[in-house]
Amino acid sequence: MAKLVAGVATSHVPAIGAAIDLGKTQEPYWQPLFKGYEPAKKWIAEQKPDVIILVYNDHASAFSLEMIPTFALGCAETFAPADEGWGPRKVPVVKGHPELAWHIAQSVILDEFDLTIVNNMTVDHGLTVPLSLLFGQPQEWPCQVIPLAVNVVQYPPPTGNRCYNFGKAIRRAVDSFDQNLKVMIFGTGGMSHQLQGPRAGLINRQFDTAFLDNLTADPGKLARMPHIDYVREAGSEGIELVMWLIMRGALDEKVREVYRFYHVPASNTAVGHIILENEA
Amino acid sequence: MQGEPNPFDDIPGTTLFDAQRSRQGYHLNMFCMSLMKADNRAEFKANEAAYLLKFPMTAEQREAVLKRDWNRLIYLGGNIYFLAKLFSTDGKSFQHVAAIMTGSTQEDYAKMMLDGGRSPEGNRSKKDWDNRG
Repeated sequence: MAKLVAGVATSHVPAIGAAIDLGKTQEPYWQPLFKGYEPAKKWIAEQKPDVIILVYNDHASAFSLEMIPTFALGCAETFAPADEGWGPRKVPVVKGHPELAWHIAQSVILDEFDLTIVNNMTVDHGLTVPLSLLFGQPQEWPCQVIPLAVNVVQYPPPTGNRCYNFGKAIRRAVDSFDQNLKVMIFGTGGMSHQLQGPRAGLINRQFDTAFLDNLTADPGKLARMPHIDYVREAGSEGIELVMWLIMRGALDEKVREVYRFYHVPASNTAVGHIILENEA
Repeated sequence: MQGEPNPFDDIPGTTLFDAQRSRQGYHLNMFCMSLMKADNRAEFKANEAAYLLKFPMTAEQREAVLKRDWNRLIYLGGNIYFLAKLFSTDGKSFQHVAAIMTGSTQEDYAKMMLDGGRSPEGNRSKKDWDNRG
């Protein structure tokens, strides 16, 4: 049977992707950030997941305002990097796992989470930057990836509670998949940041630290946090953190924090990263 | 819901991209989206005003695009991820535009970020901003 072993959360700041692509990772501005991901790279190289379910948001790349799915699951064989206005990132094409993806889609829809099934979409920095952070610059990504795009651009995004429970439904789906696969789930985006208006540049270390703590200590409390608390405390784009609750919901009730990293700034953003393993 | 105060309106210097803004900004944002294609970027750069006429935007929105008045564009329904296509076409970064929106220089803004960013203290409620005079 498929086994969900761990969850990873990380910011997906586009400037991080640019720093990697342009060979700037050892520059003084970026060096501390990439150093902070070294233990995670080592960890995942040892863990060797077969499939990653990668929760992220599209930034007006695959989805414009013509169609705004709240949850969209990529069920295709492959997903090409999107051209976000300056040419696609020169990273490998993402290989999906259609069989598991379709199984998840069927399972969660019958479990009353009515997501959108996507057979053709490009993936932007929201998905490719986390892969670059964990895997560096390989010729091919070392595992298959199932993209799960969440709307956090058009208000309202799904509630934290909905995300948390959706994560639990994804877990039930993975648990019932009849193939021996080692599965991980990534929650991406965040942490505190605001990109727009006169309050741009907001960073809330205290909020971010409490959020990281409560992923292990009290995820239920995070799930009950209303949108306005995210926006007021963590900035208008800090709302992306609801996506981390999908990751958390898919893990066991009790998890072990195996790594954490926090860094300010990457461009306009507080970068947060955490690895949680199921106890069993 | 109508007639009740929107609690998000109390957050200073922040515009929520809600249903009203999305409707208001639809064509503005779809113009930005068109700049994802290299041919369109070239056409826009060759004659910005003429290119903008291809989209049924308001005169106010067109003027704000031509002036690159970023806060105005947000106010008129532009969303930052769509506007990013416009400033990327100009070869500008998120940080460049964020600095302008906060009324800062890019240098001062970058320094603020290196020093840990804008504190939430004094920036949670419009009351905080009113009190600082």
